[in-house]
Amino acid sequence: MIVNDFSITIATVNGSGSQTANNTVLRAIHKMGVTVSGKNIFPSNIQGLPTWFTIRVSQDGYLARREQAEILVAMNKASIREDIQQLASGGICLYPMDEQLPMERDDVTLYPMPVHELVSQSGADLKLKPYVANMVYVGALAYLLNIDLNEIEAALSYHFNGKQKAVELNYATVKAAYDWAAANLSKSDPFRVERMQQTEGTFLVDGNTAAALGAIFGGVQFVAWYPITPSTSLVDNLNEYLPRLRRDPDGKASYAILQAEDELAVIGMVVGAGWAGARSMTATSGPGLSLMAEFAGYAYFAEIPAVIWDVQRMGPSTGLPTRVAQDDILAAYTLGHGDGRHVCLIPATIAECFEFGGTAFDLAERLQTLVIVLSDLDLGLNLWPTKPFAFPEKPLDRGKVLSAEELTRLEGAWKRYADVDGDGICYRTLPGTAHPAAAYFTRGTGHNQAAGYSERPEDWSANLIRLAKKHDHARTIVPGPVVDLIDGAEVGIIAYGTSDPAVQEARDLLRGAGVASSYLRLRALPLEDRLVVFIKQHRRVYVVENNLDGQMHGLVQLHTPVDGSRLVSIAKCDGLPLTADWIRAALLQHEAKEQP
Amino acid sequence: MTTTPPVNKLGLSKADYNGSPSTLCNGCGHYSIANTIIGVAYELSLDPTRIVKISGIGCSSKSPAYFLGRSHSINGLHGRMPSLATGATTVSRDLVAIGVSGDGDTGSIGLGQFKHLLRRNVDMVYIIENNGVYGLTKGQLSATADLGQKIRHGGLNEMPPLDLCLEAMIAGCGFVARSFAGDLKQLQTLLKAAFSHRGTAVLNVLSPCVTFNNGEGSTKSYLWGKEHGVPLHELDFIPLEHDEIRADYQPGAIREVALHDGSVIRLKKIGQEYDPTDRVAAIRLLEEERAGQTFTTGLLYLNEERRTLVEQGQLADLPLVQLPDERLRPSQDALEVINAQFM
Repeated sequence: MIVNDFSITIATVNGSGSQTANNTVLRAIHKMGVTVSGKNIFPSNIQGLPTWFTIRVSQDGYLARREQAEILVAMNKASIREDIQQLASGGICLYPMDEQLPMERDDVTLYPMPVHELVSQSGADLKLKPYVANMVYVGALAYLLNIDLNEIEAALSYHFNGKQKAVELNYATVKAAYDWAAANLSKSDPFRVERMQQTEGTFLVDGNTAAALGAIFGGVQFVAWYPITPSTSLVDNLNEYLPRLRRDPDGKASYAILQAEDELAVIGMVVGAGWAGARSMTATSGPGLSLMAEFAGYAYFAEIPAVIWDVQRMGPSTGLPTRVAQDDILAAYTLGHGDGRHVCLIPATIAECFEFGGTAFDLAERLQTLVIVLSDLDLGLNLWPTKPFAFPEKPLDRGKVLSAEELTRLEGAWKRYADVDGDGICYRTLPGTAHPAAAYFTRGTGHNQAAGYSERPEDWSANLIRLAKKHDHARTIVPGPVVDLIDGAEVGIIAYGTSDPAVQEARDLLRGAGVASSYLRLRALPLEDRLVVFIKQHRRVYVVENNLDGQMHGLVQLHTPVDGSRLVSIAKCDGLPLTADWIRAALLQHEAKEQP
Repeated sequence: MTTTPPVNKLGLSKADYNGSPSTLCNGCGHYSIANTIIGVAYELSLDPTRIVKISGIGCSSKSPAYFLGRSHSINGLHGRMPSLATGATTVSRDLVAIGVSGDGDTGSIGLGQFKHLLRRNVDMVYIIENNGVYGLTKGQLSATADLGQKIRHGGLNEMPPLDLCLEAMIAGCGFVARSFAGDLKQLQTLLKAAFSHRGTAVLNVLSPCVTFNNGEGSTKSYLWGKEHGVPLHELDFIPLEHDEIRADYQPGAIREVALHDGSVIRLKKIGQEYDPTDRVAAIRLLEEERAGQTFTTGLLYLNEERRTLVEQGQLADLPLVQLPDERLRPSQDALEVINAQFM
């Protein structure tokens, strides 16, 4: 018996409506108390190309992708040969019995499903038939894996928002498939789901939804955007929840959302709104981020708060728009021309997506600068278990803004770019402030402390030095790293974002192989002191990330040049989330070189 | 002996509307426009702290430094004034926004943003200081340069100019005017009317570049403007609070059009009949003019009916930026409802 420790790959045709079926299986297992995670590996296509959904069931609480699945649901003729080839030895394959299998494997158990017959019996409209067909594998899986039918029905009810007719139609087919399997299949494989208590008090949600809610509870006032995968659903969620949460009784909105003509306009609108004093944001991905480069540099130099959520996908260029990577690290940090670096936040969990939704605004307004949140497709689009969202503890931080009353008290004596407090952050005023001395001239050209145009070398360098000082101040207030120090460990691992689940699992595998490792998970740029200490504490430090160039490895080396030689890059980019097996193997390979 | 300068209704003198000293070339059309803005804002008693100046890049876009020093200003990126203005005016709906741009900034690099701003009907005055050339980079041709115009480093321009008034018409703009930096009386009146308009008011102003494009034959020169300029009508602007004075105009020769804030623009016929609320007539006039040698000025088109971007968005009556933080963060109860729904 293999209980609660396997992966399922469901291979379907894109556009055939399998998402409902896949999420139903996922939710049902989650509700049985077992840690489960799902990854949708889909094509850049509306209909017709192969798509895979992988479900990992883990009694150990692991959430990372695995290299191989033990269970295959082979619904797609076009990919079935390759899908069966990739199945783990000892695994099982469910397939529609109306299809000829292109190949057999002696080490795999095959279960046919009467998809055609059960769909005919369902009485579903032609339009709904493909959806109902997917319910056949839900029923067959439920029987074979012992998934509770009540939880399946509850998951369908959640999905269809209680719409009884849809629930009944789908559940009837699930039940029919379950009954057919019970009567006709003799189970000869070891895979089973059994109830546990791991997931109590948690729910499944995607990062883009969490980010949107975080922004709303963080007081977002202005959103401009342009459609781009995989960030679009973040704005969809803003459009979904803002009308519910942020309208007056008379229907008036405390926010504005504008779909712009392109990303050049998006960031112009966001910067314009930030300049005027609003909590202002957009969501985009790599190509959109590239188009925002000039305004990003402007926001840095003219010191205007703004927030960009970059839900990263695989680049460069259009790359693989529906596949994941952590590959905008350098681009985001240095976006723009000339000197300048941006504060970046890097969430790894759903809770952090929610939290950083507000933190990004607080930091942008506190630091009067652009803040880029580096999420990615895996975090943004896939469902992850999470505890309920925590209400923000601190009030909104609106930063250093002088009101008309304060200007009166100062007798109008203020300078927009004077570092009064010594932290590199100056005071600003908002347009419309009713005081004759409130106004200043905002520009991307050289300026002196009084915001006057200046080409004087001393003004220019003093300003850049102060901006660098402000960036150093940012180091002390951005979310710090999460550190797990292991006594006596020679190996340290640095990672960030969605590489985290694979690293956590890899550390357990490494311990099994006799290698103890400490772990530091970065949550923000600029880098800070705890990182330096962590590197000094270990003989070898591996920087693990999902891009080929080792982008964070490069930044860490720049930050700690003296210790640079002990830093090793473990980097890969194939469009998929990293796996623990791959990290373990890559790390052990290097360890072997170190200790021949 | 000192004399007290006259003040307007806000108690401000004209000097209170000044900006920094200009660094434009002597005789630059933009300079006249800057002074006209100062005069109009003073005369209308506009509160300078409620005005924002927004611009892109170029000689024209530098000019907001030279007027209304008590108003916030943002000098942004090349061709991107419209997006900055869209963001700023959406979150701060009670501001009076003046965008200043040039023919390169609006007609070349920024044409897309210009047209989309008009499509959205952002509430602002949009001044195009049109001289047909890039001044700051020393005289390259822009998208409004003349067909057959000599290119600085050889050859003649083979491409027809864009007429930015026509582009504005096609994009659905509700206030399209053309004027000339050499006819300040008309410019003043149009600018006053533009401030009273609801939505985007485009003022495309021939503003000669004395350094690079003021030569004989250039349709962007002072001489051309003077010799070929044909005003559509004599204009008068009657602010809302003015007593109506019906002067000795002949009946039939006068047309009055009410602006959104209750002010009135009075048009006195000069030559041909022209109805500035007839969109097709405005487009026909501009289209016919492309072939000819005339340069028609005045209020080409007016439509006060379109809703502005802020009106379309059903935004709070208070500017978004003035909403207290309590209205920006939903309650803990609201979050708990959401958490429960995900369970």
